[in-house]
Amino acid sequence: MDAPMPVPAPLSLHVPEPPQRPGSEIDFTGLAVQPAGTARRPAIDCPAADMTDLAYDLVRVLDDQGHAVGPWDPALAPDTLMRGLRSMMTVRAYDERMQRAQRQGKTSFYMKCTGEEAIAVAQAMAVDRSDMLFPTYRQQGLLIARDWPLVDMMCQVFSNAGDRLKGRQMPVFYSSKEAGFFSISGNLGTQYSQAVGWAMASAIKGDTRIAAAWIGEGATAEGDFHHALTFASVYRAPVILTLVNNHWAISSFHGIAGGERTTFAARGLGYGIPSLRVDGNDFLAVFAATRWAAARARANLGPSLIELFTYRAAAHSTSDDPAKYRPENAGAHWPLGDPIDRLRQHLIALGVWSEARQEDLAREVAEAVQAAGKEAESLGTLDKGPYHSARTMFEDVYKTMPWHLERQRRQAGV
Amino acid sequence: MATMTMVQALNAAMDVMLTRSGDVVVLGEDVGYFGGVFRCTDGLQRKHGRARVFDTPITEAGIMGIAVGMAAYGLRPVAEMQFADYIYPACDQLISEAARLRYRSGGEFTAPVTVRAPYGGGIFGGQTHSQSPEAIFTHVAGLKTVIPSTPYDAKGLLISAIEDDDPVMFFEPKRLYNGPFEGYHDRPVVPWAKHPASEVPDGHYAIPLGKAATVRSGTAVTILAYGTMVHVAMAAARDAQVDAEILDLRTLVPVDIEAIEASVRKTGRCVIVHEATRTGGFGAELSALVQEHCFHHLEAPIERVTGWDTPYPHAFEWEYFPGPARIAEALRRVMEE
Ligand SMILES: Cc1ncc(C[n+]2csc(CCOP(=O)(O)OP(=O)(O)O)c2C)c(N)n1
Ligand SMILES: [Mg+2]
Repeated sequence: MDAPMPVPAPLSLHVPEPPQRPGSEIDFTGLAVQPAGTARRPAIDCPAADMTDLAYDLVRVLDDQGHAVGPWDPALAPDTLMRGLRSMMTVRAYDERMQRAQRQGKTSFYMKCTGEEAIAVAQAMAVDRSDMLFPTYRQQGLLIARDWPLVDMMCQVFSNAGDRLKGRQMPVFYSSKEAGFFSISGNLGTQYSQAVGWAMASAIKGDTRIAAAWIGEGATAEGDFHHALTFASVYRAPVILTLVNNHWAISSFHGIAGGERTTFAARGLGYGIPSLRVDGNDFLAVFAATRWAAARARANLGPSLIELFTYRAAAHSTSDDPAKYRPENAGAHWPLGDPIDRLRQHLIALGVWSEARQEDLAREVAEAVQAAGKEAESLGTLDKGPYHSARTMFEDVYKTMPWHLERQRRQAGV
Repeated sequence: MATMTMVQALNAAMDVMLTRSGDVVVLGEDVGYFGGVFRCTDGLQRKHGRARVFDTPITEAGIMGIAVGMAAYGLRPVAEMQFADYIYPACDQLISEAARLRYRSGGEFTAPVTVRAPYGGGIFGGQTHSQSPEAIFTHVAGLKTVIPSTPYDAKGLLISAIEDDDPVMFFEPKRLYNGPFEGYHDRPVVPWAKHPASEVPDGHYAIPLGKAATVRSGTAVTILAYGTMVHVAMAAARDAQVDAEILDLRTLVPVDIEAIEASVRKTGRCVIVHEATRTGGFGAELSALVQEHCFHHLEAPIERVTGWDTPYPHAFEWEYFPGPARIAEALRRVMEE
């Protein structure tokens, strides 16, 4: 006779909880941060299986003294670096101004990308101007780095008479075909599989352009993330899949998205997609990793997944108050620093930049944003108008307006 | 008895049900520690523990599938979808699974899941934070659909929804979360405290699903409304000085056909109001029902006042919203017949 089975202990549910909540000090000491320059740089045709370590490592180029070190140094010309710095500073000044405009009631809503400026700016610079971008709401830097007019962006935020989207979309949900910037959706994740579809189309047509897409670590739980990786892998789609791990999804920390067990970059490995984990606050590392992925895509070697490791320094949006769920001022303690400070430090270390030039640039950027702000406001704000004609509300639902909409438009008296 | 906002009343309903039954769990994006982006689950995790009130990964399809699985075990999950606009990824689990589980398993497996979702416009949410997708779900056999218009109803209906043995879509008019709204966006915001239906009893009480409420008695015309539009219809009848009888349907499926029939037979006229788009909206179903049940009593064509058949535009929120002026016009038209 077998011995009686031991009575099993009752099960219990594990629910991830961040290490600190409001009331305690933020503490990042548990964060393993590899020194800059230590991650290896594989050839662009390296199979995913031979570079799995890079999904757990952290690609960093800028060291604590602002020197570029290691195999990922993209060795960019000072002019290019200065352009990047200017764009990042413009993004930050733009964010400040639009957030203020929201507080003043000139629009309904705004979302900053504070601390994440290097991502969109460096990535826009690392791909070709004709490559197609499928962003989330936190990549305003793509438009700015592509020199898209600030006034045009502001008009969208104000839903005013100059808004190319005719007041239809919530603030920051930009769209510009001319800028190669796909219409942003409010529904998380949808752009990820769309980008893969665009890339597949480019391959079908024998084009040379590639696609790039962004998603937040929180939204990787959506099905679209997995659909995108599946199709990208199966058809070896020419696409750069960026995953911005800023550690928060509104009030949920990255553990709720699965970050307790593994890295987000490691998700790519299961699909056989070469995957990198990169310091998202390091302009040079972001640029280099994106260039590497772009070269792969352009050489018909297929997709890459890049996790950009960063921190959402500001609130999720103007509707959010992070003091309710995380220690105050958490972003200021992020061990990987501020992307703008780090690039400035690098330029100074290179001997091509100075505090005085930095101040001049800051002033120039502030003036440009202010001038754009005035011009945009002269075209209207959400609280006071003017807007497009209300008649436009009925347009573009279909290519040609069916009888019932025509009738509703007349009924609306517009 | 306490004076509550709709947010507090919903919170109280979940609190009561979490306390009464160990089978009730609350899950959704940001519902745990933070207490939900609209604060409806505030404090529930602290009180009932992390294993019963918890944040989920951002995947509505996942939330719904998980909820169906939990229900199969015997729990009563209350799943929050952060906005009704974000339910669509969950549609397969909702429509093909939750709604049909009882039927396809011969009653062996059921899915007593309550799906809560803020819905409707009026907060400048643009097209992905303003939609009223109730008709998509009223069309699905196996789902019930409930929409409260006051704190008192919100608590009693949510308790009934959680106690119900079938899946219930529970749409919460977000414009009503913190105060009633008559549709005049340029007038000062009124707090719930000034409204009699903000008096909410302590503890457990249930408002049966499938029962409408007559919020205004009248003889001239019946207005069928639900959610935010109940308050807008009240304002419209007042301003147009029409002696309307206003039914707050509260449950769309199963709808209270007896109340509708009794009222329309009495008044002989009917105006149907909803914020959702017109074509294929729930108003079309109501219109058909009134025609089928009250044809010989009708003295004027049935009127529908609805959102336009466009996405919800950001800047033209108030041109889109079927406000009191548009309802008043419809009232005048049916009265002229
Ligand atoms: C399908 C869908 N579900 C829920 C939401 C609500 N929502 C908007 S942003 C957000 C958090 C996203 O976090 P993450 O993906 O990490 O991006 P981040 O905001 O950090 O850039 C949520 C839950 C949404 N917009 N779409
Ligand atoms: Mg995030």
